[in-house]
Amino acid sequence: MAQLFNRRPASRIKASPARIAFSIANHIVLILGAALCLVPMIHILAVSLSSPGPVAAQRVGLWPIGFTWSAYEWVVGNPDFLRAMGVSFLRIGLAVPMSLFFTVITAYPLSKEKKYLRTRGAYVWFFFLTMLFSGGLIPSYMIVLATGLIDTIWALVIPALTWQVFNMILVLNFFRQLPKSLEEAAYVDGAGHWMVLFRVYLPLSKPVIATITLFTAVTHWNSWFDGMIYMNFPENQPLSTYIRNILQTLEDVRLTIQDVSLIEFLNNDTARAAQIFVAALPIILVYPFLQRYFAKGIILGSVKG
Amino acid sequence: MVREPVSDSESKSGGRAGASSLVSSQVEMRRELDRRRRVRNKVPEWPLHVMLIPAVAVIFIYSYLPMYGLRMAFQDFRVSRGLFGEQEFIGLDNFRFLFRMPNFLRVMGNTLWIAFLKIAFGLIAPLVVALLLNELSNQGVKRVIQTVIYLPHFLSWVILGGILVTILSPSSGIVNQVLGWLGIGPIFFLGSNDWFVFTLVSTELWKSTGWGTILFLAAIAGIDPNLYEAATIDGAGRFKQTLHVTIPGIIHVIALLLVLSLGDILNAGFDQVFNLYSPVVYESGDIIDTLVYRVGLLNAQFSLGAAIGMFKSVVSLILISSSYFLATRYLNYRIF
Repeated sequence: MAQLFNRRPASRIKASPARIAFSIANHIVLILGAALCLVPMIHILAVSLSSPGPVAAQRVGLWPIGFTWSAYEWVVGNPDFLRAMGVSFLRIGLAVPMSLFFTVITAYPLSKEKKYLRTRGAYVWFFFLTMLFSGGLIPSYMIVLATGLIDTIWALVIPALTWQVFNMILVLNFFRQLPKSLEEAAYVDGAGHWMVLFRVYLPLSKPVIATITLFTAVTHWNSWFDGMIYMNFPENQPLSTYIRNILQTLEDVRLTIQDVSLIEFLNNDTARAAQIFVAALPIILVYPFLQRYFAKGIILGSVKG
Repeated sequence: MVREPVSDSESKSGGRAGASSLVSSQVEMRRELDRRRRVRNKVPEWPLHVMLIPAVAVIFIYSYLPMYGLRMAFQDFRVSRGLFGEQEFIGLDNFRFLFRMPNFLRVMGNTLWIAFLKIAFGLIAPLVVALLLNELSNQGVKRVIQTVIYLPHFLSWVILGGILVTILSPSSGIVNQVLGWLGIGPIFFLGSNDWFVFTLVSTELWKSTGWGTILFLAAIAGIDPNLYEAATIDGAGRFKQTLHVTIPGIIHVIALLLVLSLGDILNAGFDQVFNLYSPVVYESGDIIDTLVYRVGLLNAQFSLGAAIGMFKSVVSLILISSSYFLATRYLNYRIF
């Protein structure tokens, strides 16, 4: 019976002219939309690789004119930029492992049924309430000040742990759909909760761990506001904050160039474009890996049932 | 709102016991019950509490103490005396001052208007794009387009702000150059109150439309293919199928997103506005969050800043709670 209703292969159905017209229009609209997402990035890349003359004359579109690496040479020789990048890598190096451990050991108990954790309901409300209400910017700043984190790298790491509540939900939902028989067998064999978490759950949770690792790393790379308010000295600020500062101040880069040989191959626009592109580069590089996981992750986390 | 997870193991083992003969099933059931009781008694609970210590401590300090710190909105706060020290209590003075501030109502209006536009278009645009993507028969083309349109979601507003300031510049930006060829005079996208809100909403769509399609595409993929076959047999073309099968199939997700977006009506997008605005466009683009930052941190009027923030938090609490309530009550939504 079911075979009777099987759809024939699409190629054997003769498409109507209206259908073909729609299909062409649809392709055009979607491809133009996709191009719109890429064109600004390509333009910035082209500007960063062009000579200052054509850039000032607005002749650079999507392809560099008067190709030169000078802007990038200036960026990699710029101690402020490099220091900011170092701060960014340091914060990611500290925050990602800490956040992962933090999230996993919190998600595990919360994924348990009430028979294993009688006070589960209370804990869940404790975390859930932070999704409903927050103290807001000023009191949060005062707490970071009161705990002595201002102008230390920990100001960018520890308060950020509170952002992990979303990832916790992701992980605990993943834990919950693992087969119960595995952990029950482990309990019967005498394993405790730590053993079950690290020997049974985690080896099975690579996809969700990969997802939250990448999410956390990208969030920390992009985060700029905490660097701006918690760091009083520019040398403590991460790259995103540094980029924001140079974009806002409109200072002439040529005044700050030590390497005199670069001056005629560089102007504000090309130097800025190069810095923007370098800051975006890590995201563009991890993006293909990110993409393998995030669709699944976001669906698990946001809408279920 | 927060429900207990259903125990899978109990329902599963019950079914298994019923399959065999009566006697052996009773024996098996007793054995199963024994085993479960043993497991329950044997696995100590305290390691679970130990695991929760770091999170409870961090969330208490960095999420709950700021809530307690909101009392500074009722004080004449001095940093030197500290958050937990003796401060002068001034009652509702900050709030009275706030509601008399000439720009507060304007900022509220801006916030609501910008957030409303973002929510409305942020729901419609991804829905339309998802439906269009669904009509692509070539999976390769579909995947490439998806990959490209998700990308802006992962770039921060600092970077996108830098790009936008460059390409939208009225004197040297590529956008105005192209508009110039079409005979449209230079538009001050970021420097004119007539255009700033338009720029905010359209660049937000540019950043997040692609990402927004994920949920709709997942919902569309979950629709039973038999429904399309039945519709085809009944003579429905692709458009009718979209109208009568696809959209009813995902209406649940649309309703859920709509209800949950209620909680965002005071979030006009701090990161975006802060990286794109300038004093010239405060009239149309200043929002609650940017006002809190300028008043509270830049001008160091901590109490007033906290009062504005508290106003927003309280209104948001009501809205978010109602949206979660509606979503759990009527749309079968569950968070934890």
